[in-house]
Amino acid sequence: MSVTTDLSSNVEGGKCVLRFSGSLTLLRVRRLSEELGEIEAENLVVDLSDVEKMDTVGAWLIHKLERDRGATIVGATEEQQLLIDHVTGADQPVKIKRDYVSPFQRVLGQIGASMMLAGRTMLGLLGFFGALLITIWNIIRRPRRFRLNAVTQQFEVVGVDALGIIGLMSFLVGIVIAEQGAVQLRQFGAEIYTINLIGRSALKELGVLMTAIMVAGRSGSAFAAQLGSMKLSEEIDAMRTIGVSPMEALIFPRVLATVLMMPLLGFYAAVLAIVGGGLFCWISLGIPPVTFIQRTREVVPMTDLWQTIIKAPVFGLIIAMAGCFQGLQVQGNAEEVGLRTTTAVVQGIFLVIVIDAFFAVFFTEIGWT
Amino acid sequence: MTERETIIEVKGLRNSFGTQVVHEDLDLAVKRGEIFGVVGGSGTGKSVLMRSIIGLQKPDAGEITVFGESMIGRDEEEAKHVRRRWGVLFQGGALFSGLTVAENIQVPIKEFFPGLDQELLDEIAVYKTAMSGLGVDAGAKYPSELSGGMRKRAGIARALALDPELLFLDEPTAGLDPIGAAAFDQLISELRHALGLTVFLITHDLDTLYAICDRVAVLADKKVVAVGTIPELLALDHEWIQEYFKGPRGRAAAAINEREEADA
Repeated sequence: MSVTTDLSSNVEGGKCVLRFSGSLTLLRVRRLSEELGEIEAENLVVDLSDVEKMDTVGAWLIHKLERDRGATIVGATEEQQLLIDHVTGADQPVKIKRDYVSPFQRVLGQIGASMMLAGRTMLGLLGFFGALLITIWNIIRRPRRFRLNAVTQQFEVVGVDALGIIGLMSFLVGIVIAEQGAVQLRQFGAEIYTINLIGRSALKELGVLMTAIMVAGRSGSAFAAQLGSMKLSEEIDAMRTIGVSPMEALIFPRVLATVLMMPLLGFYAAVLAIVGGGLFCWISLGIPPVTFIQRTREVVPMTDLWQTIIKAPVFGLIIAMAGCFQGLQVQGNAEEVGLRTTTAVVQGIFLVIVIDAFFAVFFTEIGWT
Repeated sequence: MTERETIIEVKGLRNSFGTQVVHEDLDLAVKRGEIFGVVGGSGTGKSVLMRSIIGLQKPDAGEITVFGESMIGRDEEEAKHVRRRWGVLFQGGALFSGLTVAENIQVPIKEFFPGLDQELLDEIAVYKTAMSGLGVDAGAKYPSELSGGMRKRAGIARALALDPELLFLDEPTAGLDPIGAAAFDQLISELRHALGLTVFLITHDLDTLYAICDRVAVLADKKVVAVGTIPELLALDHEWIQEYFKGPRGRAAAAINEREEADA
């Protein structure tokens, strides 16, 4: 656009006449408002007869001259006058800034808010657990309401589909543990104890914990995202209205599948970690597989396996509950789905590790060392 | 009527998703200064047509020109100066969720006119907010704090931020209450007079069609089957058009329109 706005001012009969010409638009408004700021005369008359083009920003500028400095407008065409009237009508005290809060107050507020949020989340999870128990009781009383299809589908998603990644991860972790252990134990000439290290740590802690972390990342997040978007699109409300309980149809199958799949996946992970460690021992330390297996059977007590089998369902319950609970908390917009998904994973992993610590103390106390 | 400049021209447009063909050999021309309504049954590709024109949907074939410049196969930088001359309102408002309403309105202005001082930007945001009929405290709110209708108004305010010559509106009055919808119709027609706006309007709202549209295009059978003023369309012998305008709702809207014209 080559058309420029020119502003000329001259004093005629005691009045300062501002003559605009050309286009009075957003393109020129920056220079114009600077120029207008320099004019200090009183008794302004604004002459628009040479203005070819005006948009709302131009009209706003004229309106401001009229409002703040009592300018009289002459020479406006019908359209321009309409535009000015329109802008004048829109000149209302609209609030566009958030209220200012001092940083100290804000930080204090944030701390308080997060404390309340943590408390509410704990209460919510507890309530959710209660609702889950009621659902389970209802399903036990009326077994026909058990949705086999939904549950088996979740078996596949949570369990079968995770085999590849969990297997690979555990295998690699097994190699890493064996390698690190061997380096340290070699200093004492006790390389053979690498087998103890791999066998016991994999079966007791590593297998189930790594599985829990992977399931939280794979399935816990998926639960939160699925339920969250269903909540947003009012699917869950629709379900409730029709008379289908979302707890029965959506949450129970997911929780049950995770609870049942976790021990299997945990055991599978432990086995593959031992396989990885065994492979390393064979190749790197020259311990033949037969010896490795034999020694593993000698040094790993059965209680290590029981620990995994007991812990895994509890971890599964926590992960599935955190995922489903956070998914159902989604409100408002799609951004919230992302936030809740992150929270579900963080919460799931955090709670799993906390509970794992309790388990460790408990099992030591009862002599399952 | 004198022959006016053509702002949007679509020729031989073809759009498809997989095997489903949405548009086939579609032609359309929008003239400067008119409010051009687009109607059609659900799934006839009204929104897809709009997305093709504004360059969000790459058509399989066809030619699209806006302001006399071809829109197909242009790079982003070249298309920028054309984009500056239009405003778009999406169906759900499509506000940026991390910004307040006022900041949303300022985004296009800041993008195309960097260096405007914040005071002026705030003033612009203030009158745009008021102009689009949002309440006095809406400017500081985030989109998630607004109702659906309010979001739509905020979307209009943002679409109008640069005082565009061409405005694309995708079902602007859907979800608004009748009072809000009527106020919106009035806003558009006033702005059209004042700014010389050209409006491309997708709507199902028969009242809006009668109240403000100069010409209406009917989308059916993958193409534009008819274009004209409402009386012209009514004279046509097309089943869907007859059903659309002469159905119970069409008759009611026509009656209101007649009454209003009689009053005026």
